[in-house]
Amino acid sequence: MADNELIWRIAGGSGDGIDSTSQNFAKALMRSGLNVFTHRHYPSRIRGGHTYVEIRASDEVVDSRGDGYNFLLALGDSFARNPKENAYYGNEEVKPLSENLDDLREGGIIIYDSGLLDASEIPDFEERAEENDWHIFDLDLRSMAREHGREVMRNTAGVGATAALLEMDLDEIENLMENAMPEKILEPNLTILHEAYDMMVEDYEFEHDLRIPTGEHDEEQVLISGSNGVAYGALDEGCRFIAGYPMTPWTDVFTIMSQHLPKFGGISEQVEDEIAAAALALGASHAGVKAMSGSSGGGFALMSEPLGLAEMSETPIVLVEAMRAGPSTGLPTKPEQGDLEHILYTSQGDSCRVVFAPGTPQEAYEQTRTAFEMAYDYQIPAIVVIDQKLSGENQNVPESAFDRDPNPSLGPTLTEEQLEDAPHDPSGIFQRFSHDDPEDDGVRPRSLPGQKGGRFLVTGNEHNESGHIEEDPDNRITQMDLRMKKLESIREDLDSDPETSSQTYFGPDEADYGIVTWGSSQGAVREAVERLNDDGQSVKAIGVSDLMPFAEKEVTEFLESVDEALVVEMNATAQFRGLTQRELGQFGEKLTSLLKYDGNPFEPAEVVEGFEIQIAGNEEAPTANTRLEPAVSD
Amino acid sequence: MSAFNAIGEEREIDREEFTPGIEPQPTWCPGCGDFGVLKSLKQALPEVGRTPEETLLVTGIGCSGKLNSYLDAYGFHTIHGRSLPVARAAKLANPGLEVIAAGGDGDGYGIGGNHFMHTARENHDMTYIVFNNEIFGLTKGQTSPTSPKGHKSKTQPSGSAKDPIRPLSLSLTSGASYIARTAAVNPNQAKEILKEAMEHDGFAHVDFLTQCPTWNKDAKQYVPYVDVQESDDYDFDINDRGEAQDMMYEAENVLKDGTVLTGRFYVDEDRPSYQEEKQSLGEMPEEPLAERYFDDDYEWERSYDLLDRHK
Ligand SMILES: Cc1ncc(C[n+]2csc(CCOP(=O)(O)OP(=O)(O)O)c2C)c(N)n1
Ligand code: SF4
Repeated sequence: MADNELIWRIAGGSGDGIDSTSQNFAKALMRSGLNVFTHRHYPSRIRGGHTYVEIRASDEVVDSRGDGYNFLLALGDSFARNPKENAYYGNEEVKPLSENLDDLREGGIIIYDSGLLDASEIPDFEERAEENDWHIFDLDLRSMAREHGREVMRNTAGVGATAALLEMDLDEIENLMENAMPEKILEPNLTILHEAYDMMVEDYEFEHDLRIPTGEHDEEQVLISGSNGVAYGALDEGCRFIAGYPMTPWTDVFTIMSQHLPKFGGISEQVEDEIAAAALALGASHAGVKAMSGSSGGGFALMSEPLGLAEMSETPIVLVEAMRAGPSTGLPTKPEQGDLEHILYTSQGDSCRVVFAPGTPQEAYEQTRTAFEMAYDYQIPAIVVIDQKLSGENQNVPESAFDRDPNPSLGPTLTEEQLEDAPHDPSGIFQRFSHDDPEDDGVRPRSLPGQKGGRFLVTGNEHNESGHIEEDPDNRITQMDLRMKKLESIREDLDSDPETSSQTYFGPDEADYGIVTWGSSQGAVREAVERLNDDGQSVKAIGVSDLMPFAEKEVTEFLESVDEALVVEMNATAQFRGLTQRELGQFGEKLTSLLKYDGNPFEPAEVVEGFEIQIAGNEEAPTANTRLEPAVSD
Repeated sequence: MSAFNAIGEEREIDREEFTPGIEPQPTWCPGCGDFGVLKSLKQALPEVGRTPEETLLVTGIGCSGKLNSYLDAYGFHTIHGRSLPVARAAKLANPGLEVIAAGGDGDGYGIGGNHFMHTARENHDMTYIVFNNEIFGLTKGQTSPTSPKGHKSKTQPSGSAKDPIRPLSLSLTSGASYIARTAAVNPNQAKEILKEAMEHDGFAHVDFLTQCPTWNKDAKQYVPYVDVQESDDYDFDINDRGEAQDMMYEAENVLKDGTVLTGRFYVDEDRPSYQEEKQSLGEMPEEPLAERYFDDDYEWERSYDLLDRHK
């Protein structure tokens, strides 16, 4: 745990402007030199319903939400105030306060809006406050906001009061408000900000020791989410076509792309369903454009057939799978890493695709670029796996981490001149699926519709060199082997430069024990490893991103170097452990699983606890909402 | 230099151009209506003036899906029901292409019904040919969405309880801007209609009646046919939505009694194509997107400015 950290939670009703307020506040903290990480919790409901955003700020690296928090700003849910008694919302008024007390740390601060929240309705509130040494400030933020304009501005009042309590400068906050708000609402907001600030300083005495940490960045930072990372990676890599259908949390990537693509001369299509979406991406790619589509579990299931067609027709596309908890529509706004096997194996036949699972917004950017590169260089579908957590969480990343070199290459594509010398069948059709493999990597260069001399056929059926349907066994074996060979070549390509490895390592080079994880659970694991080593354990970790083709060499080396390892993932059936064992054919007895599938991401303390139980070797069950699954041999 | 020199090439198109030098043996049954579609298409295409290399024929699955194997052009044989989304994206990516989609009635009105409705609604500039043989051919004779009510098949042994779909009416309500019906038994009309459909600037839907002698035993199911434009019995304005609608309704009603009405049913020349709509909104570039990847002078925009918003 970073000693010097602020974890600020703003709670209220969904739709009350909590998102934008917290986004601004997080940026202000980043600009003041701190590292920030934001976590969003919201119900599957459009307006009303208890929601919160947490901002963790520290001078040290933060890439998880941490454990608990130390500052609560409880605003009240304006949508819970329903004129009719016994209305649908029920009595939710006090939830922003009552629902958030469990994780508030000792010595923490609470500001609550006494204009909307009545603390006397919460059983034991005062006792709990006393027990935990909470510092409580009841402020009528609502009236303050009403007086100067609209009620939603109570957000701003809360931020002003927060700043005063933490002895923070208002400069950055003002600055950001000036950039983000239209003239008309800016003035009253600035007034409220200062009024709340001054009121705190003048009318209250501060007995708490929580102050804003200080830090410094040596280079410019940006605050982005995993969805931003995916979208910007795609744009920089030259993707100019997206087709999609909304589904949480994939909608984030789709929205960002739709807003920017027209400015970049690209095309975005919201279409009738996910089958169409993936099929459109295929059509655009076939015609010579870098294209993507994506969805979340249910929509991705519909893409299964076009995905297979991309494999068989060797049409490059990139698909995003933003996982949420399943099965079926599951928990629409909660994360899980439960779609792994679905993503790896869905669609008929042997899987022939590339799958990356980035662990941070920065990795999301980098690996989306790599996904496009692999897809187009090898004429294969590539899938970028994120989840509701990575998709919505924001983290600061140095601006220099973005390699903005554009890559407009469509991969091995013949020019009209080259097509003149390319093999054609007696009817004049270009043998796009030639048995010849000049580069020995399984890739046969393609032509594009509209090119002279490039006429070819492509089909989802097995086909001969010209693309005609063909069931001859020898041709089948040759074509199948060439397609599968691409995976080997991609593995070699990815392995060839360890500098650009997509796997991430934490902890010392040498350690007795290991933790293996994938995707977005990486953040909590990194922090857990730090804490464990600080406590005298000897542990290191690997966050695996290359799922297909699997990062065989790196994971093997890692597992060989440790006595035992804990595999951390958010699902109930240890899917990633299964994949590791299957891919490597060994290590079964070394791997214990730590699983979580309650709809919430891992917190570092849960990983620490799981590790300690595993290493202690006793039967003790974890106290958190996690489950240990003992090792099984291969 | 353009990467797509075949597009827009001005030259005399030979009548035989779309016929491959060596044709693979068609796998269609003797007497199948699909031969008729292929023949009419091969005749119409040269007259439209587009070269095989700027033509992309996207098909679905079914006997009809094999159409592009026997036509010399760019071809993408996709999956059951999905020819339209693939085709329309190819057109958006490279509007210079002549894009044609084709499939069967099961493919187009059944599994792909949703895409049919939406492609028509958006009025993509392309041609869609539906081989309507009122049966599933390739999977051996099951009832299709156009099979008449009471139609018996192995999967509906007591006869279908469903009314057949009304493809023309559906097309009109969905928004297609050119709608016609022709028949394999009427090659001259078919050729003319296909030609018009390809020249039409918007979504042109051709419901192409094709006999399936193997599963719909009556190989003469669409004979005699009546050409509504030629016959004095039918007088309606094909530019008038209401009149077109009534005419389509009648054509669909009488087909089950064996009266085959063919011809043009609706034409709307004024409605802008989807591409034009998108371009006028600034949501689609004027230059073909696909060309950009070959333009060495093109300045690739980066995420630079976007990141500024996150500072
Ligand atoms: C998703 C999917 N479902 C089912 C099939 C099996 N299938 C192949 S062709 C066909 C029916 C085709 O009928 P129609 O579209 O009328 O074409 P025809 O064969 O009569 O030309 C079916 C159901 C398939 N290939 N894919
Ligand atoms: S089954 Fe019917 S539609 Fe298919 S090829 Fe034979 S006759 Fe034609």
